[in-house]
Amino acid sequence: MNTTAQVLEKNKERILEKWMQNQLSDASLRDDLMTTDELQRQSREMLDGLLRAVAKGNYDNIYDTEFEQVTDTLRDISITRARQGFSPRETGAYVLSLKQSVIEVLVEQRKDDTSMLYQEIMQLNNLLDNLSILTFETFIKGREEVILRQTDEISEISTPVIRVWDGILALPIIGTLDSARTQVVMENLLQEIVNTGSNIAILDISGVPAVDSLVAQHLIKTVSATRLMGAECIISGIRAEIAQTIVHLGIDLSNIKTKASLASALHLAFSMTNLEVRRTERSKAPKLTR
Amino acid sequence: MIVMTKDTMEIVREQDVVPFRNRVREFGTRIGMSLVNQTKLITAASELVRNMLKYANGGKVILEIISNNAKTGVRLTFKDQGPGIADVAMAMRDGFSTGRSLGLGLPGAKRLVNEFDLKSNPGEGTTVTVIHWKNGR
Repeated sequence: MNTTAQVLEKNKERILEKWMQNQLSDASLRDDLMTTDELQRQSREMLDGLLRAVAKGNYDNIYDTEFEQVTDTLRDISITRARQGFSPRETGAYVLSLKQSVIEVLVEQRKDDTSMLYQEIMQLNNLLDNLSILTFETFIKGREEVILRQTDEISEISTPVIRVWDGILALPIIGTLDSARTQVVMENLLQEIVNTGSNIAILDISGVPAVDSLVAQHLIKTVSATRLMGAECIISGIRAEIAQTIVHLGIDLSNIKTKASLASALHLAFSMTNLEVRRTERSKAPKLTR
Repeated sequence: MIVMTKDTMEIVREQDVVPFRNRVREFGTRIGMSLVNQTKLITAASELVRNMLKYANGGKVILEIISNNAKTGVRLTFKDQGPGIADVAMAMRDGFSTGRSLGLGLPGAKRLVNEFDLKSNPGEGTTVTVIHWKNGR
């Protein structure tokens, strides 16, 4: 009587064929993400590794060395699929359809020995279940990496300091102003004041969803620091509901120049620097000559 | 008083503040609260949740939509197991802070909402309950 490993080894091509059929017949297979050839190559590699491990008689511990190749391949597949945007179902179906193929082949080969078949199926079931758990773990890890990368990207979007006019800087703040963010904002602003020799900075908080006392405290600190540098600060973008909230909270912003919109803040900045914006009359405008 | 919707959120990190505020906004929008009242409630919630994080290392918040004699509102209950507040009367005073902040969190939050209740046992924790009605009255 052949051992399980021998039976499987002898029928390797059939298992692979059935497995490929199973995978390809799955309506959810994304042939746009991976070619059939690639899938075949990947599946063969995986099956080879698995059979080699089974030949050693290990059905229990997938973390043993003989499974290294299988688990490595599997991890690789899951991570790649997670990044490529496969769904968990598609990724999980990969291993689970292998189980189905292996069992189908075993049933064919062991028609006359059901007790042996039962035992083999139990063992393989256990083994492939462990492998599918590994697949999911890795898949989720792959997704988490994507999330972490996005988090990094978001925090890297630092607040830009814009030079709107000679001597006038504008700083649009978008999102929540926490301590770490304030530090970045303040550093950028103060550095830019030094670089450009500006004497007016406009902090626009139109994009800050909620102004509580912590945010206000951070704003006040930024304004004080700007003043120490000899520049004046205007806070713009105070919406009606924010104004009411600030009053109820009892935050005193009376010695800070505030404006409802960036446009009116710029207007104020112009008048503080004795600049004037005027409409020119068409008739008086110099004619363009070619 | 009837509770119509109930939800609980655990607050353990600073990153939990923004999703929590959005949840409060969602509750406000659901009962048709005006923008000003929503902002008031969110700001008060933000103050209280920051206190919870800063002084008690977090806690949990129960969000509820409540109804009382044809009045609808949002009730938020902030529960923590922090050190508690030694002198509540002092803590409710403008400009008093043990943590080098503006000292406007608690008294400000009280002014922003319709009903405010603070219970604190030193060593056991603090529970703050606020209610803001749909029309802000």
